[in-house]
Amino acid sequence: MFGRLNWAAIPFDQPVVMIASGTVGFVIFCVLALVTIKGWWPYLWREWITSVDHKRIGVMYLLLALLMLVRGFSDAMLMRSQLALAAGHAQGYLPPEHYDQIFSAHGTIMIFFVAMPFVVGLMNFVLPLQLGVRDVAFPVLNSVSFWLTAAGVLLVNASLVVGEFARTGWLAYPPLSEVAYSPGVGVDYYLWSLQISGLGTLLSGINLLTTILKLRAPGMGYRQMPIFCWTALASNLLIVASFPILTATFAMLLLDRYCDFHFFTNDLGGNPMMYINLIWSWGHPEVYILILPAFGVFSEVVATFSGKPLFGRRSMVMATMAICVLSFLVWLHHFFTMGAGADVNGFFGIMTMIIAVPTGVKIFNWLFTLYGGRIRFTVPVYWAIGFMVTFVIGGMTGVLMAIPPADFVLHNSLFLIAHFHNVAIGGVVFGVMAGISYWFPKAFGFTLHERLGKAVFWCWFIGFYLAFMPLYVLGLMGATRRMQHYSNLHWQPLMLVALAGALLILLGIALTGVQLAVSIRQRERNRDVTGDPWNGRTLEWSTPSPPPAWNFSHLPQVDRPDAFWAMKQQRGGAQNRNVKRTYETIHVPRNNPTGFYLAFFAVLLGFSLIWRIWWGTGLGLLGAIVVCLMQAWRTDTEVEVPAEKVAAFERLHGPKESTV
Amino acid sequence: MSTEIEAQGMAPGVNVHTRGTRGSYLIGLSYAVVLTLASFWASSTDVIYSPGVPILLGVLAIAQMGVHLVFFLHISSAPDQTNNILALAFGIFVVGLLVFGSMIIMAHLNHNMMPMNKLMQMQR
Repeated sequence: MFGRLNWAAIPFDQPVVMIASGTVGFVIFCVLALVTIKGWWPYLWREWITSVDHKRIGVMYLLLALLMLVRGFSDAMLMRSQLALAAGHAQGYLPPEHYDQIFSAHGTIMIFFVAMPFVVGLMNFVLPLQLGVRDVAFPVLNSVSFWLTAAGVLLVNASLVVGEFARTGWLAYPPLSEVAYSPGVGVDYYLWSLQISGLGTLLSGINLLTTILKLRAPGMGYRQMPIFCWTALASNLLIVASFPILTATFAMLLLDRYCDFHFFTNDLGGNPMMYINLIWSWGHPEVYILILPAFGVFSEVVATFSGKPLFGRRSMVMATMAICVLSFLVWLHHFFTMGAGADVNGFFGIMTMIIAVPTGVKIFNWLFTLYGGRIRFTVPVYWAIGFMVTFVIGGMTGVLMAIPPADFVLHNSLFLIAHFHNVAIGGVVFGVMAGISYWFPKAFGFTLHERLGKAVFWCWFIGFYLAFMPLYVLGLMGATRRMQHYSNLHWQPLMLVALAGALLILLGIALTGVQLAVSIRQRERNRDVTGDPWNGRTLEWSTPSPPPAWNFSHLPQVDRPDAFWAMKQQRGGAQNRNVKRTYETIHVPRNNPTGFYLAFFAVLLGFSLIWRIWWGTGLGLLGAIVVCLMQAWRTDTEVEVPAEKVAAFERLHGPKESTV
Repeated sequence: MSTEIEAQGMAPGVNVHTRGTRGSYLIGLSYAVVLTLASFWASSTDVIYSPGVPILLGVLAIAQMGVHLVFFLHISSAPDQTNNILALAFGIFVVGLLVFGSMIIMAHLNHNMMPMNKLMQMQR
């Protein structure tokens, strides 16, 4: 009846797991109870769960990512504390088979369920506003993408309580991830949650790509497009081109595991090396999917707070697109040690060094934008400057490891761990944090608490250096990644420093929560009534904060980059952004629960497949198909916003009449 | 252009001008059928020098893709088709890179390394 599922799947004998899942369960129960008692369900259902508004979906992505950051970071704390203890004869408190699950879950969650939703959420929120349009190309699909990602999140977290997670590392290399060596449900949890959320990511990539290519404000050609849109274009091109590789690779591994195929097994003609080759031809573009939008955020932040147009706009666009293409030419540097030989390694080593060139171009663009600008040292600028310092160090260690002989020494050492955390935290996390504090007033109508924001920055910044610089040293001393215990007592002091750094980052994450709470309490004091709290340059700042469901009452006319800046320069002239005082009826997409229902059936499908519950599999698949068919027959897909309502909104929130 | 489409309430990406006519679809269909039949014929014929058959099949397959792109997906060199052409080029680039890159990498690997199953046996 329930396949492999029985009471033994719940790890009652592991106190760490039971306490953690008990706490999480209790918190979820309290939240649900509060929502029920307060009667917030209709509001949540109407305004958020079924919303197809790109701004709401973007905010939900960011909330999801913040929640999962807490989950992924608690895994990090477990690892750091284990390694601070487990030296010499001490074995620490985490047995190896549990430790293996923790580092696998940490990597999987941080990349797929923290970094990706962060980046996709920012793009979702910002792109239509910057492009001067009313929504993304396919609003319902957007909601489906989000809920599929959420379905993947639910499955990954279910593995904490019911069953186990993969013990294979975050990319589940075979032959270890094959049935012969991982017979449990851990790898199945990994594969199905990533297949489901990967589908969401691919759909979101198609959606945003179409939006950038096909929906832009009148007059906005590619040359007038803001830099964040350019980086998002490159990032979504990479999503569309690379996620199918991931899906196909996982599909082959699933066939190996479920149907006794031999794509990646050792015997009967399978080749595990092919999996490593394929997964990294997705994996390397994935790195740039995450970092390119962060580069875009920094470009917007640096230009806005220097009060200058971005230096070398054209070279920035060229560098972005060069990275987009080159990112497909470097994947072998993740497995130099596999043994493809000097010719192949040499080619990919050189390509890896070449891709550092456009990245360097970008660093100089930001520096020259800051140079001679009237810089306002706000929180986003802190993140941007912290990023430039940190990312350059990470880039240099990356170029160091691009040399194949050096990589043979450093491969799978803590040096590598320090390197990619250096670029992932110093690049992606700092970029997302900058983006959140930059666009928060646009989303909610009030600015975040400035001093707490700076405290968060310093915690992350100093915490990062304390946590990861020791790992560079340890890596050179020979410490490997994924190790649960070490016998060399000389490593322990550095491990303790790393733990201190992690604790400081923990304080930073906690302070983010405090910052949100304080900012919400003081929202009347920090209210953004103009819609343009930073004296911004791009179109999103021409809308009221928060923008109405239709974003723009009149679609803006654009004839140059930094369109809103130009409008402000010509205020009172012919280009006044709201010269016209007549409004037309606007159609906005109607709320749609398709995404939520699809996610429900996707969770049922994934969970049943993981536990081999075949009737549940059939039910989930059937339900998903029925939901898709019902969506296909929906005709009532739009709501009219009458012109009077638009006019009333503009009288209340729009810019005051200026004398013409 | 984009706003015109939006104003007409059409899905983005739908372009009225490049839609095919019934005639062009029929021409495309006949090309596709001929190429398909030719492939089946080529696979079982002995008219051609037999090692050349895979090459012929490859050529026919590429021609088939071309027919589909031109007659059914309406890819052309018209100025408003730049996006589609660039997307196609990028797609071909990535697929080519993946296929040929993997072939080169695995060939070098097999040349340098002992096959995995033998390695595993030695470690037992």
